[in-house]
Amino acid sequence: MSAVGQLSPEQIKMGRRHLVTPEGIDLQIELADVGARIGAFAIDLLIIILVITVAIFALSSMSLYNPELADTIFYLLFFLLRSFYFTLFEMGRRAATPGKRALKIRVAARGSARLSAPSVFARNALREIGFFLPIGMLSGIGEGGVDGWLYLLASIWAGIFLLFPLFNKDRLRVGDLVAGTWVVRAPRPMLAADLVTTDRPENEAIFAKFTFTPEQIDTYGIKELHVLEDVLRAKDPDVLKDVANRIRTKIGWVWEEGENDASFLRAYYAALRGRLESKMLMGVRRKDKFDTR
Amino acid sequence: MTRRTLTLKSKRFREERQEVWKEMEAMLKRIESSSSRGLTDEEIIKLPRLYRSTLSSLSVARATSLDQSVVSYLESLSTRAYYIIYGNQDRLRDRIYNFFARDWPLAVQGAWKDVAASSFIFALGMLIGFVLVSNNPDWFYSFMNEDMADGRTPAASETYLRSTIYGYDKDDGGLGAFTAFLFSNNSGVSILAFALGFAFALPTVALLLYNGLSIGAFIAVFTGKDLGFEIGGWLSIHGTTELFAIALAGAGGILIGRAVAFPGEMTRIESMRSKAEQAAIILGGVVVMMFAAGLLEGFGRQLINNDWLRYGIGGSMLTFWLLYFFLPRKGLGKGLGKGLDT
Repeated sequence: MSAVGQLSPEQIKMGRRHLVTPEGIDLQIELADVGARIGAFAIDLLIIILVITVAIFALSSMSLYNPELADTIFYLLFFLLRSFYFTLFEMGRRAATPGKRALKIRVAARGSARLSAPSVFARNALREIGFFLPIGMLSGIGEGGVDGWLYLLASIWAGIFLLFPLFNKDRLRVGDLVAGTWVVRAPRPMLAADLVTTDRPENEAIFAKFTFTPEQIDTYGIKELHVLEDVLRAKDPDVLKDVANRIRTKIGWVWEEGENDASFLRAYYAALRGRLESKMLMGVRRKDKFDTR
Repeated sequence: MTRRTLTLKSKRFREERQEVWKEMEAMLKRIESSSSRGLTDEEIIKLPRLYRSTLSSLSVARATSLDQSVVSYLESLSTRAYYIIYGNQDRLRDRIYNFFARDWPLAVQGAWKDVAASSFIFALGMLIGFVLVSNNPDWFYSFMNEDMADGRTPAASETYLRSTIYGYDKDDGGLGAFTAFLFSNNSGVSILAFALGFAFALPTVALLLYNGLSIGAFIAVFTGKDLGFEIGGWLSIHGTTELFAIALAGAGGILIGRAVAFPGEMTRIESMRSKAEQAAIILGGVVVMMFAAGLLEGFGRQLINNDWLRYGIGGSMLTFWLLYFFLPRKGLGKGLGKGLDT
């Protein structure tokens, strides 16, 4: 997450983009990284191959008594999978194929336009030249001779389309470029428990033991608070111990017998967040520990 | 000090609002799980309210809370809701109905110049192929490979050629399989013709010309043996639909290619994007036409051996398509753009 407002050039480079709703709120989406997209595509391709393999086995037993029907089903299935697998899934409400769902990404229209069924169809029709054509060309190289060389040249040409997403800042495929779409991250985080809640009375008592002076609290800023939040949520004992010791040294806290690292950190987190949030209400966002506001 | 930290404003804010967030999340889950149904009345009433309240929670959280998990949760919730609220909420069957009743014919009508250009190029290819092969049969081998021709070359006898026009070959794997093969193959070529369009439409034009050349060459082989009338029937029964569909796919490619080549006031990418939807609608329809053509070719042509009947079916299909696409329609008055995106 980040502060609201104009995105910095680094954030844009990292793939963060404005998405201002008609209500005037900037939702700030994030582009899917190329790795996730390759992964999603690999999963989808695997599913397609799997379905075809299963179909071949099922149909070959069927073709013993009705070869015509078996052939018909096979042709149609193959065509449907190749041309409409992606399109049909992406036309759904989640705008994602199973592979994309697994990697938590989805298709969206660029800018504030809506994603229409025709644009999904267009972006996937261009998969023909963005993927199937280059792959088809590659398999032709094996033929050797003049044809082999021609195929090699053609695959280099076609390879440009395959690698297209690596060479533009919005990570667009040729299909995305034509159809006005892009692929964005669609995380579905759970609402984790608030770290400052004390659901049990005994915790209240433990928290009450820790009292920090204003100087001790003012040591850190928002960046450190967020790191601390991640550490507390990850609950790795070694990391907790290490971080707790570092904070103790930094703020000059004296360790007492029986003091638990996690409790100490949670109490400090609550104190720090309270301090920083009350500053925020006054319009001051203390970025990090070097920020002396 | 401790008392103060335990009653953080951001914590109280979360406790007061989180029921609404949970409700929003549950509703999103329900809506996203099924794409084909529309929204229920309850959802239509509640969704915008929950969405606005989640959005306002997000603004407040960004301004007052430093709990990362709350802010990222709200961001994701708001984004998901945004995509549904500002996405297509129609039921699947309404979308299909709209496609056939309005979107597809209007898209074709709006691109009539491209349809004309594409048909012209395609026909030109046929004419050239026909003239070249009629004058010098050797040209035939430059346009068609032997496998595809299946013995129907200038060297073939009249009896053999006649036999290929009537009846059917069991070796094709039966009528249904042949139909399915034709359909998937032709649709594949159409999709390619469309997909290549963005390169200034040049590959699309080349593909149209090349396909035209081979068809022209093919016809010339038959007219050379005085089978012109018969081959016309053989081609037209499915050809009026199939060749029209190829011309439409080419038109889709040309539409996009033209938008890239002559963007006018827009940037090239914007211009291409503005035509992509229309072209995609045309192409979606082409797949439907190819399906019809596959049925006509796979079943109709093999089972109907009367030339006049073949011409009759081909002619009525052509009339049907022309009326369907170019008969004036109500939606057109509102402007094509409106018909397509709203």
